[in-house]
Amino acid sequence: MSIDVNQKSVEWVENETVEQLLKRMKYTFPLVVVKINDKVIPKKDFPVSIIPDNSKIVVLHMISGG
Amino acid sequence: MDKKKSEKVKKKLKNSTVGIAGLGGLGSNAAISLARAGVGKFVLVDFDKVEEKNLDRQYYFLDQVGKLKVDATKDNIKKISTNVNVKTFNMKLIKGSMEKPFKDVDVVIEALDNAETKAAFIEEILTKLKDKPIVAASGVAGYGHSDRIVTKKLGNLCMCYDELAKSSDDDILMAPRVILMANWEANLVIEILLGEDK
Repeated sequence: MSIDVNQKSVEWVENETVEQLLKRMKYTFPLVVVKINDKVIPKKDFPVSIIPDNSKIVVLHMISGG
Repeated sequence: MDKKKSEKVKKKLKNSTVGIAGLGGLGSNAAISLARAGVGKFVLVDFDKVEEKNLDRQYYFLDQVGKLKVDATKDNIKKISTNVNVKTFNMKLIKGSMEKPFKDVDVVIEALDNAETKAAFIEEILTKLKDKPIVAASGVAGYGHSDRIVTKKLGNLCMCYDELAKSSDDDILMAPRVILMANWEANLVIEILLGEDK
């Protein structure tokens, strides 16, 4: 019962949404690209998208500069 | 020199179209590098004019101050090769229709500056243009720490990424690091267009 978040093994929580996971991981940077098992999760789905057990999750943050 | 490889590369790049969103430090420099490499077609999108303060890292010159960035970059590309097709859009990318100018390009470069706009742009390209490769950059501010920069590949998204860099709101932007990342993006574009170098 675990998930992989940015190559770290993290406990899986039943019915946890992307938004809740980001909070639990203390990912507070302004904006992120989130992929669950290689699928991009649109930002609007963060509060409703449920994380399945054994998922591989990648979170990338964007910071200003260019 | 490997003549066979050179001919093959030349032909492929000549027929390739690269779209660039934003012509600041990342976009203006990536465009020049790709033009020198032989990319034959560009789609350039930016809403801004060249200002004197941009010259610390962006590929413009004093005599271009006041010009639209799309026109200035087009002029600079044409100084390298007249045989390049450059399509320009002097416009701001607005959430909800950001992908529109890039529908027909082979690869998109995200070269915007604001974190929120960068993330929104990537999301729109990935969700609306499902087969379109996109190259992005995050963490360009500061100086030094070249070897903290890595490439992150996630399906169609390729990111030039330094997770420890500070936001440009809390740091400074300097030519060496910004241009390093601009060329990192350009190099990823070449790799996507040609396939892995073997």
